[in-house]
Amino acid sequence: MIVETPKIEFRDIELCFTAEDGAKVQVLDSVNLNVREGEFVCIVGPSGCGKSTLLNIACGFLKPSRGQVLIDEVPVDQPNRRRVFIFQDNSVFPWLTVSQNIGFGLADQSPQEKDEIIRRYVEMIGLTGFEHAYPRELSGGMKQRVEIARALASGPDVLFMDEPLGALDWLTRLKMRADLVEIWRQEKKTILFVTHDVEESVQLADRVVVLSDRPAQIRAVVDVDLPRPRNLDDPEYLRIRDEIFELMGLDHHGIEAAKV
Amino acid sequence: MHGRKILLGLIGIGIFLLVWHLVTLGNGRTDVPGPWLTLTGLIELATGGLLWRYIIASVFRVMWGFTLAVVVGVPVGLAIGWSRWFRELVNPLVQGLRPISPIAWLPIAVLVFGGVTWWEPSDLSAIFLIFLASIFPIITAATSAVEGIDVKYLRVATNFEVSGFTVLFQVILPAAMPQILTGLRLALGIAWVVLVAAEMLGVQSGLGFQINDSRNNLRYDLVVAAMVVISIIGMFLDGVMARIENTALSRRGTAKR
Ligand SMILES: Nc1ncnc2c1ncn2[C@@H]1O[C@H](COP(=O)(O)OP(=O)(O)OP(=O)(O)O)[C@@H](O)[C@H]1O
Ligand SMILES: [Mg+2]
Repeated sequence: MIVETPKIEFRDIELCFTAEDGAKVQVLDSVNLNVREGEFVCIVGPSGCGKSTLLNIACGFLKPSRGQVLIDEVPVDQPNRRRVFIFQDNSVFPWLTVSQNIGFGLADQSPQEKDEIIRRYVEMIGLTGFEHAYPRELSGGMKQRVEIARALASGPDVLFMDEPLGALDWLTRLKMRADLVEIWRQEKKTILFVTHDVEESVQLADRVVVLSDRPAQIRAVVDVDLPRPRNLDDPEYLRIRDEIFELMGLDHHGIEAAKV
Repeated sequence: MHGRKILLGLIGIGIFLLVWHLVTLGNGRTDVPGPWLTLTGLIELATGGLLWRYIIASVFRVMWGFTLAVVVGVPVGLAIGWSRWFRELVNPLVQGLRPISPIAWLPIAVLVFGGVTWWEPSDLSAIFLIFLASIFPIITAATSAVEGIDVKYLRVATNFEVSGFTVLFQVILPAAMPQILTGLRLALGIAWVVLVAAEMLGVQSGLGFQINDSRNNLRYDLVVAAMVVISIIGMFLDGVMARIENTALSRRGTAKR
């Protein structure tokens, strides 16, 4: 039997923050998880449970108090451009144009290569004509596309996305989800995607990781074995969604279940 | 809206002029002059020829002192905000020097620059005082600008393995620029205020000297006329800085409007 080595491996991750008053706050508690190459994994959990923290550790922005994260069997130490983080609140540089933002991680390429890559990604995110616009001239959805394009342009194989669609309106979010799945298919990235929107996770993911309240532990990992694009009326889709709601202590309308 | 603003401003100034006129009623040139005497004094200064030379002398000193303060203060401020050990090395010194009024340095400045032959010594003293007056607000602004940069931008830079001058010029400076420019504008205002004081103590030209000289001749109308000139030039310099601030920021796409 061939044992596939995981792309990303969380080994017994634990993290404590020291609060201002010196008290220790445990945020993550023995998180173990394997993510396969090319897999789309969503992480859901209640607000403040430690989702962003977990992603920050995976990317190398934070050191765990215990355990380690391995990517391609190498322990994560520093962030690097083979794996790019997409922030919860848009982090496109307001002082750079769309093109300059997308080209930010392309210092090593020749000017021609750089222009070519920028052109390709501007086209991909549908912002042709906005190359020289500054972010303040763009809508929230457009800015988020620029951020995604900037991440993709440097050619990473892993994307860490921290509620990238959280600040967008419902319709834009729906469209962006479809676009994201398309990008993921074309570019064959491994994606770790944090959200607190259960519907979103079931629409996007191969697997959904459900975290508990702080200190976050993995409560369950739910397989979403459904063809894409996902049919939101499919009974199986609804069943999985409700299963996750239940795991999070919510009934299937998403309202907190009456405590018995 | 705009018209009302200007109108109200004019009314405010008008009320001030009226009160000024009433409290100085009947005063002559050797007394506190009223607005009318001040106006005639202003005309006398403007037609006398010396005024323009003095304005140029004053602006020249401020520009030199201020520019030197920018050239030294911005990098020092950025470094204090950026590097922990540099902050620990330099900050106590900066905090210790800051409360000393630039005017207090005058005897030292005269002593140090008094023997200079390659430039007018009194000019150098004045420039040195301007430099001291403006460098601390500049350092403070640059430091807090760097400290205030949203960590997410720095994380993006680390994520893309961008470092050195690229981070400095593409991330740190532009992120810090709005606050630095506000600090520069503030510093120029302080520099202008201090300049006049510096020129009252040892130079032979400039608007501060004009005030001192007129006082010695008991021409208080010229004293107040010089004050009016100081006000106008000060507002002009501030307007120029505000212009620079706005164009620099709008080019970067981060202007307030
Ligand atoms: N630098 C820090 N120092 C101390 N405590 C922190 C720090 N960063 C985060 N925390 C705490 O860790 C917990 C988890 O934070 P985290 O941002 O990972 O939550 P989250 O699951 O992403 O929440 P949300 O859904 O609101 O984004 C929070 O309770 C927060 O207060
Ligand atoms: Mg978060």
